Amino acid sequence: MKELVVISGKGGTGKTSLLAAFACLAKNAAICDADVDAADLHLILNPQVRQRQDFVSGHSAAIDPAKCTRCGLCRELCQWQAIDEDFVVDAIGCEGCGVCYYFCPEKAIAFPPSTCGEWFLSDTRFGPMAHARLGLAEENSGKLVTLIRQEGKKLAEVNGLGLLLTDGPPGIGCPVIASMGGASAVLIVAEPTVSGRHDMERVVQLSDFFKIPAMVCVNKFDINLDQTHAIEAYARERRVTVMGRIPFDPAFTEAMVQAQTIFEYDGIAPGARALKTIWNRLTWELGI
Amino acid sequence: MIISVASGKGGTGKTTVATNLAVCLSGDVQLLDCDVEEPNAHLFLRPAIQHVETVTASVPLVDLDKCTFCGNCAEICQFKAIVVLGGATVLPFHELCHSCGGCLRVCPEGAIREGARELGVIERGRRDGLEFVHGRLRVGEAMSPPLIRKVREAARPGAVTVIDAPPGTSCPVIAAMKGVDFVLLVTEPTPFGLHDLTLAVGAVRILGIPCGLVINRADMGDARVRDYAAREDLPILMEIPFDRRIAEACSRGELLVEVMPAWKERFLALFKAIEGRLAHVRAERKAAS
Repeated sequence: MKELVVISGKGGTGKTSLLAAFACLAKNAAICDADVDAADLHLILNPQVRQRQDFVSGHSAAIDPAKCTRCGLCRELCQWQAIDEDFVVDAIGCEGCGVCYYFCPEKAIAFPPSTCGEWFLSDTRFGPMAHARLGLAEENSGKLVTLIRQEGKKLAEVNGLGLLLTDGPPGIGCPVIASMGGASAVLIVAEPTVSGRHDMERVVQLSDFFKIPAMVCVNKFDINLDQTHAIEAYARERRVTVMGRIPFDPAFTEAMVQAQTIFEYDGIAPGARALKTIWNRLTWELGI
Repeated sequence: MIISVASGKGGTGKTTVATNLAVCLSGDVQLLDCDVEEPNAHLFLRPAIQHVETVTASVPLVDLDKCTFCGNCAEICQFKAIVVLGGATVLPFHELCHSCGGCLRVCPEGAIREGARELGVIERGRRDGLEFVHGRLRVGEAMSPPLIRKVREAARPGAVTVIDAPPGTSCPVIAAMKGVDFVLLVTEPTPFGLHDLTLAVGAVRILGIPCGLVINRADMGDARVRDYAAREDLPILMEIPFDRRIAEACSRGELLVEVMPAWKERFLALFKAIEGRLAHVRAERKAAS
């Protein structure tokens, strides 16, 4: 089974709109939304949830005021200043390291597992989907990304599907690293702006670092042709396959408002035609 | 006063708003780019960088001559960043380490000392009167919050500090918003924009910080973001229409107020509106207590 992960470095370059459109074209794919922090794919794919599970990961400290002698050791040891003068743990500041719990001389600190989100297995009109929601202000997004990708792979296997299409998070940190490991390839959706180019370069370096084959396409390429050329030149220099260009097309936003992919909304829109070409190349590159 | 410019969804125009706001203000102003995974503010501000500093996180170094392989370090570590193998060796995994210091303290033999893992760099400089600081996460480094907190240490009391925050709603954004005076949420009137805005508002409310909205590309999409704002009593402090000239200027790294100087008044009005909201919230809180 192949897994294609769509990433971008910079947010808002069109990852999710493109991935939803690919899901519409793919005949043989499971779908995974690994942008667990701000998942949006479900807004287009409208998944019918079949199974829901809590995501329990890590622990969080809580001080029992009845046992606490206010000796102050925990406050001294906490590297995150997550314990205030009244010996109350700030749940948002707590990193879950357990140092306070371990060293408290009064055993006044509990350290229960925390539920940091939930995940779902669903059906969509384009195939089965694994997706998740990290709780607000929660940690462990990388672990949830890893988990949801594993579930996505299982869905593909169980259903005899040869491809997993994964929508990745923005950035280059923990969730992005978790979304790339072991993928067949990443498709970087770049935007022809100084920011888009800068961020694309960093995410190319990241895929190099983890030795994941990378491909790039430029979305809204006609906003700035100089930047489009620069992005493609950088890609070639770094042996990243250039997959093509997509014009700025308001049909993407109009489709999104209707909760549709661009192919359902207007299959002959310029953006849709460009995407079809890129998809054909993708299937060839991935050998599917 | 510290204002964090955040969004939930990426690519809504945080950096555009943060940089243009910062250059319009006079007096003691700082811009801290806390989107350390993908910092972009410098591309628009083009500051002269005067100082570069490497930021590290503390990680364990094990002296195998002193280690008795008792396993206490592996037991206390919640992040599987130190493992004892077969009673014969200890493997620290520095990239997993959260620098809690637990293993150092728990080791009965004093066999663990502090080493360092590079998180990235902090660069400081100026653009005319504006002080500029940003962090750049090392490519391959997973943990951005410690670097973000380090960038925030540059905030000076008395200054107006504008923070360009990362996208999302989890730990990096929290690190860029916690304890600030005001959060300006930049959104766009699309279903994705609205969905991620509701998450961002949820996170801001958990932190108990007053906030307001900027709607970018305000004439695209639909009316649902405005309906939501009205329902939730979230003030819309500024709207920026979609304008291909703005998009193209941004793509070249130009500031909106450079290309269209009339926008300077609007960004100053935005700042006034933020001050007004803050005064209002303070009065409300005073009345409530």
